[in-house]
Amino acid sequence: MSLTFKKETFRDDYTFYNSPAAIKRFPFPFPEDEYMYSVNIEPHVKTQPGSVTEFLLDIDEHYVAECADKEITLAADPERFLALPHMMDAQWDALELIMEAMSNDYPDQFTLTKDGSNWHWTNKPLGLSQKFVFGDPSTLPMEPLNYIGRQVQGDWVLLDQRDNNLFADCAMVTSQADWSLAIDVGMSFNEWHGPVPLANETGVFDRALKYLLNLQLGSPVRRLNWTMTVNPRMDTSPENYPLWGPEKVTVTPENVGEKVHLRVELQTLFRLPRSNGQAFSIRCYLISLEELATYPRWAKRIHRVLKDLHPALAEYKGLIYKDMVVDWLSKYDDGAPLDTGTHPE
Amino acid sequence: MSYLNVKVAEIEQVTEVVKRFSLVDVNGEKLPSFSGGSHIVVAMDINGRTHRNPYSLMSSPEKTDSYNIAVRKQEYSRGGSVFMHEQITVGTELQITYPANLFSISKLGRKNILIAGGIGITPFMSQIVDLNRLGTEYEMHYAYRSPEHGAFSDQLIEMCGEQVHFYIESEGQKLDFMTLLAKQPLGTHVYVCGPEPMVDALVAAARELGWPEKHIHNEQFSAPQAGAPFKVKLAVSDIEIEVPSELSMLEAIEAAGVDAPYLCRGGACGQCEVEVLQCDGQIMHNDHYLTDAEKNNGKKILPCVSRANCQNMVIKL
Repeated sequence: MSLTFKKETFRDDYTFYNSPAAIKRFPFPFPEDEYMYSVNIEPHVKTQPGSVTEFLLDIDEHYVAECADKEITLAADPERFLALPHMMDAQWDALELIMEAMSNDYPDQFTLTKDGSNWHWTNKPLGLSQKFVFGDPSTLPMEPLNYIGRQVQGDWVLLDQRDNNLFADCAMVTSQADWSLAIDVGMSFNEWHGPVPLANETGVFDRALKYLLNLQLGSPVRRLNWTMTVNPRMDTSPENYPLWGPEKVTVTPENVGEKVHLRVELQTLFRLPRSNGQAFSIRCYLISLEELATYPRWAKRIHRVLKDLHPALAEYKGLIYKDMVVDWLSKYDDGAPLDTGTHPE
Repeated sequence: MSYLNVKVAEIEQVTEVVKRFSLVDVNGEKLPSFSGGSHIVVAMDINGRTHRNPYSLMSSPEKTDSYNIAVRKQEYSRGGSVFMHEQITVGTELQITYPANLFSISKLGRKNILIAGGIGITPFMSQIVDLNRLGTEYEMHYAYRSPEHGAFSDQLIEMCGEQVHFYIESEGQKLDFMTLLAKQPLGTHVYVCGPEPMVDALVAAARELGWPEKHIHNEQFSAPQAGAPFKVKLAVSDIEIEVPSELSMLEAIEAAGVDAPYLCRGGACGQCEVEVLQCDGQIMHNDHYLTDAEKNNGKKILPCVSRANCQNMVIKL
């Protein structure tokens, strides 16, 4: 896929939209008519060209605009990057992972040259060039994850593995679905998943943790998660709830297709080599219901998922406008059976 | 599962019973970085059967042009260590797993006491490189049978300076765990790798002194034991296999072409845990992962090291 970066915004005038190509490759998360939590983790292997999982990390048409939006969020709230002191090795591991993945898979946009520990990174879309000594924080303008986290789409949480658990001890988080880094930093896997309804009771997290503790180097894994957002806003943080929370009540039957967005997170987990930690990447994809309905199969599927969604999940995800969404989508649903799978027509 | 293809670049006879193997990528690429305390699993073809043994990486995590492992020739080997000693030569190609770490240093420890017995020194060799780099306080206590068994002691002096202490059994030097642990400051973590009685004694001493469980770390890899053959039905794959006396249950499953999960192959990580649906005899648990209650319950088995004294077993795989 040739890359042309769009100029667009994720706040104020909200000029974000998806091109037809971006709609077609959208990571639609519902293979079946019903949705419930499960340990839906699979190997993060490369899939067909053009898909969001063609490469280890996905760079798309929103790259430049998303990075600009990150800078705005970080400038207003520098605590969206937090790092406990013992995470420096993990930060370098993550920087290496991100730079290598981007330069290997998008060589026209990013380059990384290494001469021993002397590295040279260039980022053409953002117009950056940086020479530094790998492992020496004084040679970068800021801490390693703070530096590279601004140049990659998605949020990054670095996990320390100890005491048979995973601790969120370092992160850059600017596009989160209503969770706070300032609150969660330092928490264990069980602690930060504590608020999720139904899944704790069914043991989903115990099984997922056991699986992740043995995550192997060279064998990353992924899963999709989803929620919905009113207006294409990346920064739906609790800290800024006054900015986006009230927008939920602006949804009307007339504007629902344009305003309400499905928000899908492509979550990937990588074992980090030197620190034995893990990098948890949460990449957010937004699509309006109108864009989604380009493919009636998707509209039909999501209509069924939302119509029968467990009330506890609807509440947890904050979908106070769900009934309007279901009404709007109902025109796409003829009631005929849909085969399993997430593909568009 | 991802694998690396390596070849043996160098072999050194370190002591009468220990050889060090240096492994390099077959294409001359750098091998992946790793963290101190990591191990790899080496696959070896012994008489047409694939054996897989775990070995700690003892080279520097900072220099991954090669990986070094040390193999002690075991007296009661099922063939793995003898094969490594007698059949592997410079140039032999081997398949290894990516490094995995079940014995990592807690980054929150204020001070680290490292205790090794015999060949149990190997995981500490890479950990010490990390500790030196990070400037974390540590002491290395290394006990071995007699002067000629002190593998890598010169290298340890070079790496650790005054932080290394040797205890040579034949010269009557004894490492007293209670005395050592009793004088440590709060926030100290202890790490032990060596023969089972040594590990058990250390853990018991630390507990008796009231050390928090999270500060007591040990790495114990069991080796699968030979035993009477038995039949296993894999309920999901719907096939029946025979576990011969000299193969582990996991090896027999793999030999039947079933891709079963594993990581340490020493009964430590739990990755290969499988549910036992039926067993007409006694499971002989040989792992360090399942709780005593789980072992008594007989509903789970770690096929990498455990087998059964039975005729027929049915597992959910």
